[in-house]
Amino acid sequence: MRKSSSTTVQELPGSAAYRPTPPPAWRPRTDPAPLLPDPEPFRVLGTDAAAAADPELLLTLYAQLVRGRRYNAQATALTKQGRLAVYPSSTGQEACEVAAALVLREQDWLFPSYRDTLAAVARGLDPVQALTLLRGDWHTGYDPHEHRIAPLCTPLATQLPHAVGLAHAARLKGDDVVALALVGDGGTSEGDFHEALNFAAVWRAPVVFFVQNNGFAISVPLAKQTAAPSLAHKAVGYGMPGRLVDGNDAPAVHQVLSEAMERARSGGGPTLVEAVTYRMDAHTNADDATRYRGDADVEAWREHDPILLLERELTARGLLDDGHRRTVAEGAEAMAARLRERMNADPVLDPMDLFAEVYAERTGQLREQADLLRAELEASEETGDAGEGSHSPHSPRGPRGEEGDAR
Amino acid sequence: MTTATTTAPGTAAPPKPATMAQALRRALRDAMAEDPAVHVLGEDVGTLGGVFRITDGLAAEFGDDRCTDTPLAEAGILGAAVGMAMYGLRPVVEMQFDAFAYPAFEQLFSHVARMRNRTRGAMPLPITVRVPYGGGIGGVEHHSDSSEAYYMATPGLQVVTPATVEDAYGLLRAAIASDDPVVFLEPKRLYWSKADWSPDAPATVEPLGRAAVRRRGSSATLITYGPSVPVCLEAAEAATAEGWDLEVVDLRSLVPFDDETVCASVRRTGRAVVVHEATGFGGPGGEIAARVTERCFHQLEAPVLRVAGFDIPYPPPMLERHHLPGVDRVLDAVARLQWEAAS
Repeated sequence: MRKSSSTTVQELPGSAAYRPTPPPAWRPRTDPAPLLPDPEPFRVLGTDAAAAADPELLLTLYAQLVRGRRYNAQATALTKQGRLAVYPSSTGQEACEVAAALVLREQDWLFPSYRDTLAAVARGLDPVQALTLLRGDWHTGYDPHEHRIAPLCTPLATQLPHAVGLAHAARLKGDDVVALALVGDGGTSEGDFHEALNFAAVWRAPVVFFVQNNGFAISVPLAKQTAAPSLAHKAVGYGMPGRLVDGNDAPAVHQVLSEAMERARSGGGPTLVEAVTYRMDAHTNADDATRYRGDADVEAWREHDPILLLERELTARGLLDDGHRRTVAEGAEAMAARLRERMNADPVLDPMDLFAEVYAERTGQLREQADLLRAELEASEETGDAGEGSHSPHSPRGPRGEEGDAR
Repeated sequence: MTTATTTAPGTAAPPKPATMAQALRRALRDAMAEDPAVHVLGEDVGTLGGVFRITDGLAAEFGDDRCTDTPLAEAGILGAAVGMAMYGLRPVVEMQFDAFAYPAFEQLFSHVARMRNRTRGAMPLPITVRVPYGGGIGGVEHHSDSSEAYYMATPGLQVVTPATVEDAYGLLRAAIASDDPVVFLEPKRLYWSKADWSPDAPATVEPLGRAAVRRRGSSATLITYGPSVPVCLEAAEAATAEGWDLEVVDLRSLVPFDDETVCASVRRTGRAVVVHEATGFGGPGGEIAARVTERCFHQLEAPVLRVAGFDIPYPPPMLERHHLPGVDRVLDAVARLQWEAAS
């Protein structure tokens, strides 16, 4: 029987040696294994590493945590007195805020979100200057260049590409500068988070992204925010390492951030650090957290409080006695008293400043509008009408915020 | 506003035909050569030289760090430019097409436009955002938008658009030299328009915010900008047959707005038509007509009219000629300026 060609398997050219090969464009890229975060958040306190921790660093962190806690309490109290329009508290997250400030050198830059005034204060910024935005005064109460602290950023994650651009520019100029950008768990869903991480990795920019995962984006829990194994895992998709740390373990946060900063400094590129922490207060004073979470969760986290954890370690190692504890508490109290006193003074705003810094030079229409306002002010002075609100230090929406959960 | 100076040329070549695209490229090149802080970044601006070739040769001359192909992400590009400007650089960003600039709106509106104001002058952002805009090139969907009204409505931005080869150079140099952010709108269909121009002896760089009278006339003023300037000049020539002597004002800068030049013209002619490709409702023409009416009411012989694109999403290219304001539509508007009542 003649073998039919139609039943013969058509053989490819060079068929004897034929092996399937990957598509021509494909090539192996980064090995993902070293980029993966550890399965559990890195900890120092309560582990063998604690004994090796530098006592001086631990005591510095302790003093800053206590001051930070007191600062949060004072700022929250100021909202109730109508002295702050709104305050997004970082109570419970002080270890993250303080460590972020302490790992920065003089020339490094901090890119805070609206919840990060404590990090700015811990970096040395005058708390009154840090709070002008939240007071309803001018948006940025300080010169960002003087402190190397970018303006507090209200639109979520939009400050992250700024950090990348600044770090990139510094590297192009040959300057030894690292940018540390702060963002929350909710912010990781924004497009700007994705774009910033992608740019940073492609450019190998000396920048560190620090996510404080405090469990909630206003009311929305992490489970509704992401299906990622952890937020730190997101780093792998961009080709940078992800690091996971216990955000209430101050020396652990300090160590992980320090390593990421050092990596950036030495040309190793960006790192994404996720700190697992908890927002003990509501989103802001205008928010009601009882609508979306139970007391049991809050109580569980109270046992894992950053100050408590550090105090236990310090006491166990004999580094902290009652006298020292009292000295630290008194220092924090004095800071709060000064802040309270200064925030009780009415700030004086000049309405004519509305037109001052829209452009380097005023446009014709701004000159006309400035003339209009000046005439209104002069008329109100003549009639003795103080022009309510023109110098008001009070919240634009009142101390309790009737308009809901403003960011 | 800001005025830039140009370097004195060695020996000036005699003027010869040049395109707007060439003038823009020359402006970028000269700005980069003069100031190492000037960095160009965008999609395809490096090896390719941009989809319109405006950045052609810049990466080769200045290196990839000065003319950078970025990942494809407009918010990221502009956001990174913000950080670069914070650190003292002078970024020039290319948005590939008008409608592709929309992802960058949040960065533009919430940060670029406001940074000087929110830092009380401590942190100005000298960023130029170049946006090829407008129709008439047969571009498919999302390649032909006139987005100027969005930018005009955002305090803190300057909005500039050239209509001539000479202005393309002078205004782009001024935009890059400005310490405030500039949205620099490049009329796509004028990229290949030509004029005699000597790139070795560029015209004085104009301060931003000054309109130019392109044609002197006495019977009515056509107020226009960018891609509609040649349309208005053509209409003005055609109008002479009707006995109308039209003045044509090229705004050049939508923000700041040159009330002085525009109103001086309208007060003389007593009649005005605003012409642009952008949609009429909520478009730049409404603002311009209102400003002119408020300032020149007693000199006006007729209401200020508008000739604009229809209030529709940008049409398919096969229909765009019906959408774009053409010579006939401009002349029809001029005919409606109550000539009988005046005589």
